[in-house]
Amino acid sequence: MADMNLSQNLGGSTSAMHEMENSKPLVRCENVWKKLGGNDVLKGINLEVGRGEVVSLLGPSGAGKSTLLRCINAIEYIDRGLVYVDDVPVGCEESSGGYMRVSEQRLSRQRADIGMVFQNFNLFPHMSVLQNIIDAPVRVRKEKKSDAIEHAHELIKRVGLPEKANAYPRHLSGGQQQRIAIARALAMRPKLMLFDEPTSALDPYLTNEVLDVIKDLAQSGMTMIIVTHEVRFAREVSDKTTIMGNGKIIEAGDTEQVFSSPSNPIAQDFLSNSL
Amino acid sequence: MKQTGAAQTMDMAGAPEIHKPTNVLRWFGVAVVSVICAWIVYQILFNPGFQWDIVGTYMLHPSVLSGIVQTIYLTILVMVLGIIIGVLLAVMRLSNDPLLAFCSHSFVWFFRGTPVLVQLVFWYNFGTLFPMIEFGIPFDGPKFIEIPANVAISSFTAALLGLGLAEGAYMGEIIRAGLMSVDDGQTEASKALGHRPWQTFWVVVLPQAMKAIIPPTGNQVIGMLKYTSLASIVALPELMHSIELIYARTFETVPMLIVAAVWYLIMVSVLTVGQHFIEKHYSKGWRRQEQVDG
Ligand SMILES: Nc1ncnc2c1ncn2[C@@H]1O[C@H](COP(=O)(O)OP(=O)(O)OP(=O)(O)O)[C@@H](O)[C@H]1O
Ligand SMILES: [Mg+2]
Repeated sequence: MADMNLSQNLGGSTSAMHEMENSKPLVRCENVWKKLGGNDVLKGINLEVGRGEVVSLLGPSGAGKSTLLRCINAIEYIDRGLVYVDDVPVGCEESSGGYMRVSEQRLSRQRADIGMVFQNFNLFPHMSVLQNIIDAPVRVRKEKKSDAIEHAHELIKRVGLPEKANAYPRHLSGGQQQRIAIARALAMRPKLMLFDEPTSALDPYLTNEVLDVIKDLAQSGMTMIIVTHEVRFAREVSDKTTIMGNGKIIEAGDTEQVFSSPSNPIAQDFLSNSL
Repeated sequence: MKQTGAAQTMDMAGAPEIHKPTNVLRWFGVAVVSVICAWIVYQILFNPGFQWDIVGTYMLHPSVLSGIVQTIYLTILVMVLGIIIGVLLAVMRLSNDPLLAFCSHSFVWFFRGTPVLVQLVFWYNFGTLFPMIEFGIPFDGPKFIEIPANVAISSFTAALLGLGLAEGAYMGEIIRAGLMSVDDGQTEASKALGHRPWQTFWVVVLPQAMKAIIPPTGNQVIGMLKYTSLASIVALPELMHSIELIYARTFETVPMLIVAAVWYLIMVSVLTVGQHFIEKHYSKGWRRQEQVDG
């Protein structure tokens, strides 16, 4: 609001204002700390993701990649620091004495704008594919059911499974389940998509069909953070690459630069072992 | 040996047949069981103590029928109360709030740890402990409502509380086990979609937990149908008490007990069929081949 008044006073055109809005990062992590089971899992993470940017998050097992994604989506509360999505702090609000956690009710509204795709798909087994996809748009977004169904059919087609709308998740292959899980996340029209090792549970053949869907999504301009062990895929699809090690970011920058000349020795080691 | 693929012959006669060994013990078993069954049937038919004519006359006796209605009514109310308490206990126990978990744990500890019969009689005699039931400020503060306990706690209320609270404790454990059987990933996916906490519980977790909750709950209902006979101790005219009242008058104890047994068997059989259909409903999505209609 303050920004708008300012730009109007200065006589700034709306398109210039838009420009400014668009150049602001969608996700901003500022000095994020998180303890799990007595250990510091995240130790002062700083990360920015611009609008429309695809960032891949790499690193050895246990580096804290999943934890960081879960903090961005506020499935996990952070202990210190701030995560902003669209300039709104996630999971807390400013009050007189500093920052206070918000209620679960408020959190659920913030999560609704962020799509998340899991390693184990986590489709709801007691619902058909269509029910899986329309449930949250209808129940959370209060979309009209007929609109939600129409949108769902579009998405199912987009991930290449138009004939599976009435199947139950159990009767789909892993790759098909993951594509439906992506469609389910997209049905909420998210600003941001988070992928946590979306292909780790799949064999190489099924991996490709899921990666194709993600690639297609990247081309459509969706902002995404992708945690993956498919290093070659990461190099191909992402604009920026961030490498984590032991709870810290050890390397970050444009993908080509990170891959061709990593400066951190652990990152060098990780990349040479993975390629 | 030189044959390959499609050229293989199907010479069944050439394949050696494999015989089952004859099981002598099995035949011995059949003989023993047959003798026992025959003896039971003989007793049922020819032992005059069973007095089948009297069983016949009392099967549809009005006070027996009203006893059945009371039994069914009490069973339904007790189970509803038990399930509501059970869900609350399970959710409290699984919440991250230590105070709620403590309260839930204590409730289960107490009501599962004391005999139901004692609880029932206790509630029936509640009036001796608290002559007035009061709602208001505790420790002798002002009161809003006061009801004499012997008015508020009828034998039906005593039975409902005695059986219902204990059932709640058992149902709490059954429901808790069911909820824990649902993968954490389901909760996470539901949260990530923006479901509120109660939506996550109601839409995602509970329907999946039902698969694990239904079979033991069916067991509880069937058990409860018979447990309601404990209420005869507080003179509630359910099936068992009605039967007792009749044989206290006529001294036809054995035939009257048969009437009760037959009726309990009939009710349990109906419940078993019902349980089958409920289980089928909640196994949706887990069966081998299926599509939803439409
Ligand atoms: N609930 C928990 N309690 C205690 N420690 C935990 C918990 N969850 C994760 N950790 C620890 O936090 C660290 C980071 O975990 P995280 O799952 O974020 O790693 P990751 O980078 O995603 O690894 P992977 O590639 O194996 O998925 C690990 O050392 C893990 O053991
Ligand atoms: Mg992980």
